[in-house]
Amino acid sequence: MSQSIDIKYAAAATFSSAKDLYDAAGKVKDAGYSNWECFSPIPVHGLDAQMGYPRSKVPRFTLAGGVTGFFTGMLIVWFMNEFDYPLIVGGKPYFSPIYPFPVFYELTILFAAFGTLFGMFFLNRLPRHNHPVFEHPDFGRTGDDKYMIVIEVEDPKFDDQETVEFLKNLGGESVQIIREPVD
Amino acid sequence: MSEVKQAEEHEILKKVDPAPWKEVPLVLNNRSYKWVTDKICGIVESKTPTWWWWCFITAMCIASFTGMGLAYLVSTGVGVWGNNNPVNWGWAIVNFVFWIGIGHAGTLISAILCLLKQKWRTSINRGSEAMTVFAVMCAGIFPLFHVGRVWFAWWLFPLPNSNAIWPQFRSPLEWDVFAVSTYFTVSVLFWYMGMIPDLAVLRDRATETWRKYFYGFFAMGWRNANNHWRNFEMAYLLLAGLSTPLVLSVHTIVSFDFAVANLPGWHTTIFPPYFVAGAIFSGFGMVLTLLLPLRAVYGLHDLITQKHIDNMCMITLATGSMVGYAYSMEFFIAWYGANSYEGFAFINRAFGNYWWSYWIMVSCNVICPQLFWFKKIRENIPLVWIISIFVNVGMWFERFVIANTTLSRDFLPSSWGYYSPTVVDIFTFFGTFGFFSVLFLLFLRFLPLMPMCEVKSVMPQADPHADH
Repeated sequence: MSQSIDIKYAAAATFSSAKDLYDAAGKVKDAGYSNWECFSPIPVHGLDAQMGYPRSKVPRFTLAGGVTGFFTGMLIVWFMNEFDYPLIVGGKPYFSPIYPFPVFYELTILFAAFGTLFGMFFLNRLPRHNHPVFEHPDFGRTGDDKYMIVIEVEDPKFDDQETVEFLKNLGGESVQIIREPVD
Repeated sequence: MSEVKQAEEHEILKKVDPAPWKEVPLVLNNRSYKWVTDKICGIVESKTPTWWWWCFITAMCIASFTGMGLAYLVSTGVGVWGNNNPVNWGWAIVNFVFWIGIGHAGTLISAILCLLKQKWRTSINRGSEAMTVFAVMCAGIFPLFHVGRVWFAWWLFPLPNSNAIWPQFRSPLEWDVFAVSTYFTVSVLFWYMGMIPDLAVLRDRATETWRKYFYGFFAMGWRNANNHWRNFEMAYLLLAGLSTPLVLSVHTIVSFDFAVANLPGWHTTIFPPYFVAGAIFSGFGMVLTLLLPLRAVYGLHDLITQKHIDNMCMITLATGSMVGYAYSMEFFIAWYGANSYEGFAFINRAFGNYWWSYWIMVSCNVICPQLFWFKKIRENIPLVWIISIFVNVGMWFERFVIANTTLSRDFLPSSWGYYSPTVVDIFTFFGTFGFFSVLFLLFLRFLPLMPMCEVKSVMPQADPHADH
């Protein structure tokens, strides 16, 4: 309606090669920043260690899914063929952990796969269809051939002039402040 | 002591020239990242080409044959198919195993080759995964309608119904329900998850509103952030690790449909590995059949290089030879096992009532791929394509031979019969090729054909330690 208001979100610097991003990321970490992120068109090899990220927690979700699937498979076969409606087939025991092996094997994999996908979504806090970083005019190119380092205003070390200077000294090609519009 | 030795070795290393080893690049002509993005996104973003419409209309017409076949079947009864006592399975099981086998190459490329760090897989894995998903959809049609009253097919799932009877979990056919539905679901999840970063690229490039919403919705707000990549890569690796035992189990369980039955020619322990090798063989045949024309039409020669084609041909050769070995081993065991019924089943396969199908199978599956030993033939793209068609034909006949030779010659000669498909069988199967093509054409039109982020990852620019 009228002039929109915006708030400062972060300072961003773009780079044009994986090596530049990698080297710069190490320096940002050494400078003691904590609320910052790298953006790249590919998963840059070794960048996690460079940024000081620990190992991803996705495997925990996979394990939880797999265990759930295994017991779900066992439970449905026991419940259906022994407990609720005992089914006589060839005079064999109603339930044994051997014959329904394919059933719980497949369910283990199925649930583990769901755990993995949704674990990835959860850890990445997705879906989230709007984010201040999308306001950067060159954001789209981080999926193409640009690399970017974003240091958030929230960071205790953030300073309007100093951080921008720092990013310029790192070799950032275009350094600018990302502003988040507020309605 | 050991330190001294190490120092000596280093001295030697300085003197010795390393053997010349020319690594063939996976993306030719030193392409830039931007070129890759524009190339792949361009396929989706450009105006729909005329050839696409012609193919799409033709595919729709062919797909309608399945529609007609199934409509006639449901309104009349399963008797319209040619299967009858003693051949109760006929084309339904043949087509099912054929299509599901084709799917396996997609999972092999996306999962097993990922675990084996085969970097050349990146440019072909998305298309192959799409092939997997669509092939499993085609496969599902046949057992679904073969149950007879298709509106009761949901009884196969462990859901409460008014008869208060649950599925019988000792039956390999019930295992199949779990194996195939899990395979389909996990393949879709894997395919979709790998596509998220590429959908985000399409979202960010989109100019039309519907594209912004469509790709935006499915990209889930992906941001190319390193934290995202970190979890994504781990999830990708885990899904590859889960899909590997899955794909091996699916065709194993499909082979149980036969192997668990007490019939000569079926009741053999070789079936699971033999079926899995055959599935990968047929799948690579189909990958070549699909990707070679696409490479020509879209000009993807820098991304699907001769190296890729060589590798695919060599896998086809390797799995084709495994299948050939399995055929001969079956014969050997039938003789060595000294069971007269088993012996008869195999003599009958090669020289009995269906001798012609056996020899089509052997010439297409065992003899034909041997041509891939020769570099000249692997470099002759039209010939590779023709051989890939033979592989597809041969693998269909393999399932036909297995299912029909055994069933048509029962234990009692009084019940022997000769199975022929009816026109409804033929229509239904023919139409699935149209159905498959319709889905694949839609995939080409709306989704990224290659995983851009993965292709870029294997290019020299991706190395953060290299001098640029």
